[in-house]
Amino acid sequence: MFLAHINPLQASIFSSLAVASLLLTFVMLGSHWLRNYVYAFAVQSWLIAALSACVGYFAGYPELYAIAFLTALFRGLVLPFLLMRIIARLNVKREIHTVLQPSSSLVLGALLVMFAFVIANHMNRQSLLAAHVVVLALTIMFSMKFLGFLMLSVRDEAVSQILGLLVLENGIFLGAQILVPGMPLLIEIVILFDLLIVVACFGMLVRFLVVHAGTTSSRQLNRLVG
Amino acid sequence: MAQYLLILLFAAPFAATALSFGIRSSRLAEYATVIAAIVDLLVSVPLLIHVLTARAIFAHSYIQVDPLGAWVIVCIALVYMLSSIYAVGYMRLLDEDDRLPLFYGLFSGFAFTMLAACVMNNVGVFWIAIELTTLISTFLVGFEREAESTEAAWKYIVVVSGGISLALLGTVLFYWGGSFVLGPHYAMTWAALHKAAPGVYAPLLLVSFLLVLVGYGTKAGLAPMHTWLPDAHSESPAPVSAMLSGALLNASMLGIARFLSVVNGTSISNFAHLAVVGFGIFSFVIAAFFIVRQTGIKRLMAYSSVEHIGVQALGLGFGGVLGIAGALYHMLNHSLNKSLMFFGAGNAMRAYGSKEITDIRGVLRTFPVTGILWLLGAVGIAGAPPFALFLSEFTILRAGISGPYRWAAVLFVIFLVVVFVGFLSHFRVMYFDEAENSTMPRVLPDLVWRALPMWLSFLPVLVLGLWWPRALWSVFTAISAEIMGGAR
Repeated sequence: MFLAHINPLQASIFSSLAVASLLLTFVMLGSHWLRNYVYAFAVQSWLIAALSACVGYFAGYPELYAIAFLTALFRGLVLPFLLMRIIARLNVKREIHTVLQPSSSLVLGALLVMFAFVIANHMNRQSLLAAHVVVLALTIMFSMKFLGFLMLSVRDEAVSQILGLLVLENGIFLGAQILVPGMPLLIEIVILFDLLIVVACFGMLVRFLVVHAGTTSSRQLNRLVG
Repeated sequence: MAQYLLILLFAAPFAATALSFGIRSSRLAEYATVIAAIVDLLVSVPLLIHVLTARAIFAHSYIQVDPLGAWVIVCIALVYMLSSIYAVGYMRLLDEDDRLPLFYGLFSGFAFTMLAACVMNNVGVFWIAIELTTLISTFLVGFEREAESTEAAWKYIVVVSGGISLALLGTVLFYWGGSFVLGPHYAMTWAALHKAAPGVYAPLLLVSFLLVLVGYGTKAGLAPMHTWLPDAHSESPAPVSAMLSGALLNASMLGIARFLSVVNGTSISNFAHLAVVGFGIFSFVIAAFFIVRQTGIKRLMAYSSVEHIGVQALGLGFGGVLGIAGALYHMLNHSLNKSLMFFGAGNAMRAYGSKEITDIRGVLRTFPVTGILWLLGAVGIAGAPPFALFLSEFTILRAGISGPYRWAAVLFVIFLVVVFVGFLSHFRVMYFDEAENSTMPRVLPDLVWRALPMWLSFLPVLVLGLWWPRALWSVFTAISAEIMGGAR
């Protein structure tokens, strides 16, 4: 178990990368502008790629370099590019109809992070320095889950919803790099490709939404109830 | 032997997809799909018989056919066969002949991914297969390209992708827990997780299990994660509704059953069963209320699916030979009976040009023969004898009464009555009430293609309700020994 023998330098590198990713999630949560939203997502993906590379270097998993490269390429470049294209085509610049003001959603997000920390603390059985990294990784994994769901529920522009889903996945990916660096390479690669297909599908659906439902705001998708 | 059956099982829908996309001919696509589906059904039964004695493992143990997976394959292949025949008759009514090859290509691709999920031995790849079923079926749900169906497709993909990502998180945590026992590198198979589970720190195991339960429960349509289901099932074309309801829900229940078998025998085993029972009974109760107040005919069927997936979860949660045998028998019976119901609903919807129950009147005058089948199917799906769902529900009830979840069994009986009355009162209105504004129903062509699958699903429902074959019982005992004892 690599985490059991972690040294302080490694611990602080992992922690700061993870915390920076969490902060970027808050940037997304607090932003009105879809473009900033996408930039924050891209930077977050680059941080996760850096984290993969660091884990690969310190823990001795050379295959993680490949993962880092693919993460940076797909999540850091291709996905943001696809999202920007969707935004340009839809001609929406900012999220107008938020259910919650960005400030209130930030407060709510902070509460959710606390909750994530409580859960993470209960799940840990390591000691000393390893415990810090494990609890932090779990906290951020759960926080990004919660924040992703929060974005899905308080934002109603289609692009925001796609980004919310991508944040959900980023959280898992980030945690998995630290907790289970030995996870089979094949699976990580397939999950990366899977994401690309997901976004392509969303892109097509968004076009259908515009043509057939006349809106990309989920608040106006209210024909089916009961 | 098993490898040839397996290759044939996947080659058939793959060939149908390739032909549909390759040679863009609507007629060819129809027949290729029907033939592929019949081949799949013919292959699935010997495959099940074969793996009862020895499970088949291929491709560095990434692929494994065990009795449970093979049983779900039989159920899926059956629905694939029935709904592909029905699709021939139904899709011609939509006047979209040039888009039919696209439809059939996606349709067989959807069947392919569901069948693939059943044989995946790697927990991560299983997740991916389930995710792919969502992506493909989204476009089937939105196939009619109206505002409602596009909305349903959007809600479907957002809710289900969000839910299923919880299952991925749970899977990663399961793997992490296992790495304390089996070391940092190990193959992520069901058997490995089961071997590691007793040694994993209990709170970690508990959180992981709840995450996968909620994740795959979203896909299976367990309440309160069922919100996408009524929309998707009611807005997609009728053969797709049957596939979603009769086949896809089973594939997702397979995930829950497998994870339940992973944690069986650990310290959280009791809690895990309680959680599954809890979701099951909650789905049942929620569905019962919505069934009573429903106004749309296909939404009525969709809520009935939530109800029956709840019953299956109850069977799995009650456990024991009776509970699991009941759940598995219910899976088959529900697949057959629900296909019949969606076929009837599709006919009525097309003939009366409306999805509202209030617009459908005098069904027996419009459909003298298939109308009777649909009515009998409704009696069957409400849980009355002599139809098959009665037998399986009764078995699950027996499992519940004799176990520690007697409260759930009592609630189950009470709401079974609610569902029975609620469901059949809608049918009374459609069959025996006089029309307020008499719109002449359309006379539909190609009747044979739509009547044949209704007969093919009705007869087994009747036969299986009168006679529970001994061979099936031995299949269920084998599977339940495996689930309760854990995967190997």
